[in-house]
Amino acid sequence: MSRDRQATMSMWEFANPKRFMGWSRPVMVWTFGLAAACLAIGLVWGFFFTPDDFRQGSTVKIIYIHVPSAILATSAWFMMVVASVVWVVRRHHVSALAARAAAPVGVTMTLIALITGGIWGQPMWGTYWAWDPRLTSFLILFLFYLGYIALWEAIEDPDTAADLTSVLCLVGSIFAILSRYAFYFWSQGLHQGASVLRAGALAGDTEERVSNVYAVPLMVSMAGFFLLFIALVLMRTRTEVRARRMRALQVRMQRA
Amino acid sequence: MPDLGVYAAEVLSAYAVSIVLLAAIVGLSWRRYVRVRAALEEVEKDG
Amino acid sequence: MIALLRRDLALAIRAGGGFGLGLAFFLIVVVLVPFGVGPDPELLSRIAPGILWVAALLAALLSLDRIFALDYEDGALALLATSPLPMEGVAMVKGLAHWVTTGLPLTLAAPALGFLLNLAPAAYSYLFVSLLIGTPALSMIGTFGAALTIGLRRGGLLLSLLVLPLYVPTLIYGSEAVRRGAEGLDPTSALLLMGGITAGCFAILPFATAAVLRINLR
Repeated sequence: MSRDRQATMSMWEFANPKRFMGWSRPVMVWTFGLAAACLAIGLVWGFFFTPDDFRQGSTVKIIYIHVPSAILATSAWFMMVVASVVWVVRRHHVSALAARAAAPVGVTMTLIALITGGIWGQPMWGTYWAWDPRLTSFLILFLFYLGYIALWEAIEDPDTAADLTSVLCLVGSIFAILSRYAFYFWSQGLHQGASVLRAGALAGDTEERVSNVYAVPLMVSMAGFFLLFIALVLMRTRTEVRARRMRALQVRMQRA
Repeated sequence: MPDLGVYAAEVLSAYAVSIVLLAAIVGLSWRRYVRVRAALEEVEKDG
Repeated sequence: MIALLRRDLALAIRAGGGFGLGLAFFLIVVVLVPFGVGPDPELLSRIAPGILWVAALLAALLSLDRIFALDYEDGALALLATSPLPMEGVAMVKGLAHWVTTGLPLTLAAPALGFLLNLAPAAYSYLFVSLLIGTPALSMIGTFGAALTIGLRRGGLLLSLLVLPLYVPTLIYGSEAVRRGAEGLDPTSALLLMGGITAGCFAILPFATAAVLRINLR
């Protein structure tokens, strides 16, 4: 029943992947360039040209990596959810491949967030790790990423893998949301609230808010991380599209 | 290098680990990108 | 559907191993814990709710890959797909069958094992109730996971990786209910939240599982 689909797989000409390959190369190159620029500016500015914090000393400099990577860790998963829905509904192969492409980037961001958070936490809270709702959410997110990647790797047929991983991503997301509430039920919070993105973060230096001085290089760094994510996903998706085409050609040649 | 004071080790190790991990994901993605591109060209030539 | 349920139950009891193995594993894990953490009764008493829940959860995990394995291999699953029975019904029955053959026995056995860990007397009934409410969720979630990993080599390990994070909310509320009961506090909110999760699991997961089964049977 699904054998007919094999015939369309081997045609390079069918709209979506070909068009994607067309526009994604220049966009990818530009995005990498912009990402490098933003990261360089943001991190250099933050590392060399911002003052130490009154309470946190020089460890505040970790913010320029910790916060963007943490935001990206969840954003990447969200992008995978959207891509999975698009695949399930519209069957655009590029969408499924993009979700697959994003996962390793997301898991790397999660790992960076966890590690930099731990390193920052040790002098600040006296511990590398605490079973606090926010940290625990990230740890579980890390496990979700691993499971998703493992499922892609385990399944032979690419379309089946795309379907199964999409379902896993969606069901997993529901449980991730449930878990958030469960974690607050289970443990009191230790981690700082969402002060960075609160309105007025640029307005001044209060106890909770991130001061102006740090906020701007932080935004630049965040932009850099986002652009890097996009560039990496574009590059990895291009790889997946090519790999898929190669597989289709090899199947066709085996048959000939 | 700014005076990182007491927390120099923490700040530097945080940056170091992050840079290594970012370099790894970029590097590995790039390496796979190039390899698959080359392999596809091979297959397309034979086909 | 009842016929399917009865058939699965009969198979599970007859087809040696699965049925008693889960209980034996439950016992072994509970016995291992004092060796790991030391025999101090007060410590054991404090961690007993969590340990009993984790052990039950792991024991439930053991028999998950058998939910679909036999039927998939001999083509019975494909036949079920063509029958007038909706796949969602099949999925739910499979989940229920797993619960009756694994979750329910664990629930019944748990109070007996509570003694080994010096569980507070007040907590026994809550242990039973929380497991009674929570283990069906574990079975249904496990059924979903089993469907995802049908026919895979090393499927068992991947199954654990996929399913264990999904178990976390149930585990949190379940063990918290027992802990609160042990301290004489009111565990109702924990039990209600867990009940909500179990209900949600049976509302949503049969559909997700059915979709996965259809994908795997293509």
